Amino acid sequence: MRKRHTPKDRLITVALHVALAAGLFFAAFPIYWMLSSSFKSNTEIFALPPTVLPKAFTLEAYAAILGDPVKLRFFFNSYFVAGAVTVLTVLIALLAAYGFSRFNFRGKGSLNTLIISTQTIPPITLLIPFFGLVVSYGIFDTYVALILTYLVFTLPYAILLMTGYLNTLPRDLDEAVAVDGGTSWTALWRVIVPISLPGIVATSVYTFLLCWNEFLFALTLTKSTSMRTVPIGIQLLMGQHAFEWNQMMAMSVLGSLPLLLIYLVAQRFFLAGMTAGSVK
Amino acid sequence: MTRQKRSHHRLKRAVAPYLYLSPSLLIIGLLMLLPMVTVIAYSFQNSAVLRRDPSFAGLKHYQAIFVDPVFWASLWHTLYFTCMSVVFHMTIGMVFALMLNSDRINPTLRNILRVLYILPWLFTAVIIAVIWRLLLEPNGVVNSVLMQMGIIGSKVEWFSSPETALHAVTFANIWAGYPLFMVSLLAGLQGIPKDFYEAADIDGAKAYQKLIFITIPQLMPIIISISLLDFIWTMQVFPLIWITTGGGPIYSTEVLSTYTYKLAFSSYNLSQASASAVVILLISLGLTLFYIRYQKAR
Repeated sequence: MRKRHTPKDRLITVALHVALAAGLFFAAFPIYWMLSSSFKSNTEIFALPPTVLPKAFTLEAYAAILGDPVKLRFFFNSYFVAGAVTVLTVLIALLAAYGFSRFNFRGKGSLNTLIISTQTIPPITLLIPFFGLVVSYGIFDTYVALILTYLVFTLPYAILLMTGYLNTLPRDLDEAVAVDGGTSWTALWRVIVPISLPGIVATSVYTFLLCWNEFLFALTLTKSTSMRTVPIGIQLLMGQHAFEWNQMMAMSVLGSLPLLLIYLVAQRFFLAGMTAGSVK
Repeated sequence: MTRQKRSHHRLKRAVAPYLYLSPSLLIIGLLMLLPMVTVIAYSFQNSAVLRRDPSFAGLKHYQAIFVDPVFWASLWHTLYFTCMSVVFHMTIGMVFALMLNSDRINPTLRNILRVLYILPWLFTAVIIAVIWRLLLEPNGVVNSVLMQMGIIGSKVEWFSSPETALHAVTFANIWAGYPLFMVSLLAGLQGIPKDFYEAADIDGAKAYQKLIFITIPQLMPIIISISLLDFIWTMQVFPLIWITTGGGPIYSTEVLSTYTYKLAFSSYNLSQASASAVVILLISLGLTLFYIRYQKAR
């Protein structure tokens, strides 16, 4: 048992709390600054001395973003592409994970290694051949181009995550279906899918986030303003109105909402996904 | 079951896994392995992508890269950016994880702080870049606070002067990336058996001795795998640098990814860009082999 009442001990506890406060400032101040700037007028953002709380609280930046159909289109594109990729990825990864988790077959070990190693392929290396392919198939500047390319990056993670989850489920359940004369396909849909919902949610969350954050491919494989996603929209905003900092901050807040909401609602799933690649 | 039926069943069991894996393998094969072969082919062609029947170029594009001083500068910046990021991600992640794991703080406070300390991780690279541009604007809050405190005499142009730009983007990246270490180490700390510390207490070990002889050795596998992954991923960072500095001023923050991107999509020299992309691929593959070996050995 540790003694709690020596002066030295109390000093350590106080020092720890001071360090925790400093850590909090380091972690949260930049985000706080984004949030508070999004509610300021543009002149107040650079006021001297800086105002910690907005002196004249205003929603004008949000109104400017939400009232502009061009910017709303960025949000639609991001949600649409990320949603489509998530559905496809989860479906395809579920099948692969079922194969990995419930069967023994030749080449299983090397396929698994292949999938782990695809996580580290540099996006910039794939960008140039993708650009060549996308142009030659005439799908440059379309949703199809984005969805297909994102699928390549989300699939390996999704397979690893889903396989990990399916491995935690007891095999007796699906073997019972086989004893009753059912095929592995029936076992998958009748038994496995209903009890793997937590794994499916974690995989969907992570896939959605990967797509939502993607920048390089969206930048290169789309061109018209109506095809751009939120990250590119923010960059465009920066180029066009270099001094509209409150609008850039408002758009950043709106662009971060899905991630923040998912994190607050489903923290457990979120962290499962974020650390999936590493704790394998 | 008759014998025939049973062998039919066995055949189905043997084919089934390949069927389940086929959509994934098709996608990985067509959209990942094939493009990798393609980019290697491009790097040996003249006017790749741009012309229908490109001629063979030999090692010309590799030579062009290896004599380009900007390539070597990019390689050096990438190394600096990556090593500093990984070291500080690890240090900050470790300090935060140890602080949060201490039994001197109350559990509610711990849960709140854990959520808040993870915050930087939840933001997209583009948004992180925009936030840091606002903070580090010449007229921004960082400059005005530092001047108030007398640390700097005049406004510093953090992202647009060659002396500070690389440090500034590295700092932004350090801020954005430590939570991966923190979360993983926190999980690791909770997995260390309590008896280890109890035994050390009986032997009269001091706090720092417990840290050096129990905590760090127990966390070593996590530290090594996360460092390797973080190294590989940080090496490939593009949007943060693209949006804060675009590689400038005067190439002072050019890294391998921005260098390659500019070759491909600003100068439209896709062959030479492919050669540079292959170099990045080779470095990544080397590190990945190391990572997989390490994971298997564990």
